Amino acid sequence: MATNQKADVVIVGLGWAGSLMAEELTRAGLNVVAIDRGPWMDTSTHTPPAVDPDELRWAIRKELFSPPKDNTLTFRNTTDQVAVPQRDFGIFELGGGVGGAGFHWAGMAWRFDPYDFEIRSRTIERYGIERADDGELQLQDWGITYDELEPFYDRFERIAGISGKAGNIQGKINAGGNPFEGPRSREYPTPALKTLRSMEVFNDATTRMGYHPFTIPVANLSQPYVNPLGVSMGACSYCGFCLGFGCGNYSKSSPQACIFPVLMRRKNFRLLTESCVIRVNKAEDGETVTGVTYVDAQGQEHVQEADIVCVTAFQVDSTRLLLLSEIGQPYDPRTQEGSVGRNFTFQTVSGVDMWIEGEQMNPFIGAGGLGSQIDDYNADNFDHSDLDFLHGAGMLTLARDGLPISKAGKLPEGTPRWGAGFKQAYKDHYQTYTTIFNQGSSMPIKQGYLDLDPTYTDKFGQPLLRVTYDYSQSDRNMAKFTMDRAVEIAQEMGAQHITPFNFADKPFTTAVIASDHVIGGTPMGADSRTSVVNPWLQSWDCHNLFVCSASVFPMNSGYNPTGTVGALAIRAAQAIVEKYVPNPGPLVEA
Amino acid sequence: MANWKWIAGGVVVVAAVAVGGWVWTTVDTSRNAGADDQIALADFVSDDTDAIARGEYVMRSADCAACHTQGQGDFAGGYEIGTPFGTLVSSNITPDRDTGIGAMTERDFFDAVRQGQGSKGMLYPAMPYTAYAKLTDQDMHDLWAYMSTLDPVSNAIDENAGMGFPYNQRIAMLGWNMLFFDNSGFKGDAGGADRGRYLVDAGGHCSSCHTPRNALGAEISDNYLQGARVDGWYAPEITSNPHQGLGQVSVDDIAAYLGTGTDGHAMASGPMADAVEHSLQYLRPDDLTAMAQYMKSVPGSGVTTPAPMDLTATRGALAYEVNCAACHGVSGEGMGLLVPAFADNHAVLSDDATNLARVMLLGARAAHTQAAPTGGGMPSFAWKMDDAQIADVLDYIRNSWGNAARPVDPALVTQMRSSLDARNKITAGE
Repeated sequence: MATNQKADVVIVGLGWAGSLMAEELTRAGLNVVAIDRGPWMDTSTHTPPAVDPDELRWAIRKELFSPPKDNTLTFRNTTDQVAVPQRDFGIFELGGGVGGAGFHWAGMAWRFDPYDFEIRSRTIERYGIERADDGELQLQDWGITYDELEPFYDRFERIAGISGKAGNIQGKINAGGNPFEGPRSREYPTPALKTLRSMEVFNDATTRMGYHPFTIPVANLSQPYVNPLGVSMGACSYCGFCLGFGCGNYSKSSPQACIFPVLMRRKNFRLLTESCVIRVNKAEDGETVTGVTYVDAQGQEHVQEADIVCVTAFQVDSTRLLLLSEIGQPYDPRTQEGSVGRNFTFQTVSGVDMWIEGEQMNPFIGAGGLGSQIDDYNADNFDHSDLDFLHGAGMLTLARDGLPISKAGKLPEGTPRWGAGFKQAYKDHYQTYTTIFNQGSSMPIKQGYLDLDPTYTDKFGQPLLRVTYDYSQSDRNMAKFTMDRAVEIAQEMGAQHITPFNFADKPFTTAVIASDHVIGGTPMGADSRTSVVNPWLQSWDCHNLFVCSASVFPMNSGYNPTGTVGALAIRAAQAIVEKYVPNPGPLVEA
Repeated sequence: MANWKWIAGGVVVVAAVAVGGWVWTTVDTSRNAGADDQIALADFVSDDTDAIARGEYVMRSADCAACHTQGQGDFAGGYEIGTPFGTLVSSNITPDRDTGIGAMTERDFFDAVRQGQGSKGMLYPAMPYTAYAKLTDQDMHDLWAYMSTLDPVSNAIDENAGMGFPYNQRIAMLGWNMLFFDNSGFKGDAGGADRGRYLVDAGGHCSSCHTPRNALGAEISDNYLQGARVDGWYAPEITSNPHQGLGQVSVDDIAAYLGTGTDGHAMASGPMADAVEHSLQYLRPDDLTAMAQYMKSVPGSGVTTPAPMDLTATRGALAYEVNCAACHGVSGEGMGLLVPAFADNHAVLSDDATNLARVMLLGARAAHTQAAPTGGGMPSFAWKMDDAQIADVLDYIRNSWGNAARPVDPALVTQMRSSLDARNKITAGE
């Protein structure tokens, strides 16, 4: 086993979280080594704009993703079942190289709602403790508020150049933006993208119905932009090949497009690719960690020592790494004691597919995150007193892509699925199809958790992660409620054919993709008994270990997670520089 | 290489003549007498921090790092330079006594840098002593002070490894120097009125690439800075010529290009990106401005602006819209500091379209600097377009939005596709 020169900080996984932290830490002068299990990838060379995007290769075969043979997990709904390994991507769309999922993401760039961060306190305050503690749910606050995180959301949006229209600037509601959002300090760095036809139809209908549509904030840039790091980005060409694709013309924000140009120039930054971290090494006293052990592409084990370890891998991998490293107490679903693996949740998705005859949606014009949304039934923006669920969903229509293979299945009920009838129907309906997608929140439950599988191991002989989860009754009720609202909107939009869908009217499965936003496992919080990391993302157990990933979310909201991961990463990195390095030790007393 | 035998014979003849002892002026190093000849670099310690800082600036302006650093330690050499006469390997110039220049005295150092008389024999002009001869004594003393602060790196280099006979006979350079080397110092006010010319001609050694060379590799002074092909690239004309030179480019834009790699129109890539990244981005704004002002004062070639080709609604126009417009803009306006503009970009108008053909075939990477760190990538279109299609689209960008330039010969693309070993266009069945 070889031992590398010791670093100040080792970063495990160079996706959005890892690269944002590396940028802050190296700018402060720390020597940082980042280790990523994937190969080096750059947008202009790996997905150059000269090569027409290949839907089969990227969207169907998902060649940019980390394949299940390299990382999979086992799944069951309940503790009385036997979990078995997943052998296809399903809901796990992990990055296959440096940049992580930030290379192939679509680009919806949200902030979470203020309600999310204080979900337990605010639910009790408004609806009483019996709604928060219904026996099934396991609601807990994040240990920070939206207002505390706001400056870091702002920083992330500046680095990524997010295009959008603010709905609430310092408490002042702006027409055209989302009136329900938490107050933001200023406008988005770049204006919202154009309103495409499916959005127009949605906006008109929802406005007539008294809702408040707005353009989704996205990491698909509306105009050329130079970020605070000095990195230039281009304007989106609305090619629509974003989700599952890399963007070779610098208009989709990614670690490559936004951060690597400055990070890779810094002499105090070093990147090890195709090297998989298999363990965080604990010091003998158990109070700190000493670095990580990784396996390189040749199968050789190495030790990278560091004063600080930042685990910034994808949610399932971050959680598994802590379990494999025996850091913290694993969660026990019978007693609800222990915290590592706690509060795994997903998202609760429903909606409608619809066809509006005579429309020309021109779906081949699009951008990965582009669409319109209403938040009238998201978060606690509406009164849940007489409803049988908490929280809600962002209800959105997409102007994302025109992928002809993927869309071939999007036909009204009763349409032939082969032969001349299919061809004619697809020709007729390619232009008339649109959707309402309810990106539903997910409330953590006592019986939803992650642990190490007792049977199955990976290529290194280490146990796979095991997912045990099913939707809560609250989430199921929410999905049904928002699906019914989506049907009403589709009718108002003039659809002749409406096919509702609800992923939560059957058991949860990792095999069928509804969303890919899995969260939890190392929740953050102010209470060391119910969280793995404190509000600075510092491990309660080893004070020089920080974890930043969607694994720290104690619940999931009706929004995409990346913006919140980014904001938390910047906040944690600044805390390391400003608080931890001058005075190493627990930043919060347990 | 049709002229190979002729050239080889010429060198031998010239060498023979020189060995006969004709000429003293080109080997005369008496103007280096002010340099110390006692203390070796490995033993020299300077406590003059101002001189060391000035020396670092001289090093930057002379771009020593670009050629003498290649992943084997800072200034430890190992960079391969392709020449028509073979491949040279740059030397280790760290103060290492055995493999570097640690055993040199200041006088030896002056002789090597300004007269090309190195510790292992005569230097080849790939090391631009022909330009560095103009460096002032003060800059040389400062550079020496800076060199003494470098970390010694043990890295043995065989500089001649890639040179065959007769070009590996360094003594032949005596004859070459006799014919082509001007061993006189800089004439003018290097720190004042003539600052721009000093930076361009001495440290900057701009003419090393931008002035065409004769068959024996010497710069043709009549075509000073009027553009030349170098190692598969074209170093464009950087004189006052209004068509393909800098005549219509503002001093501020030139200075911005030199200091950051782009002025928002043109963008440095290839060897010029190296020059910007390693050297020019470190220069002071007033020095960059002086260089720009000087270049705009240099007499240009006689190349004129032709009448524009009318290429609207042609294959080239369609190919541009489909393949190029997303980044370069429907009106050739580019994209800020990320993607070069074509409209009003004189760098794309040169009669010699080598660079444009090259980036179409191989792609390119823009310079990245502290001020403009992005370093955008241009993809290769070799697999997608044949030689005529590439020429068509190049004609279109060179003759649209107010541009006018001479047609690109598809034969140039054909020849470069071969010499650069670029792939062919995909055809059905491949």
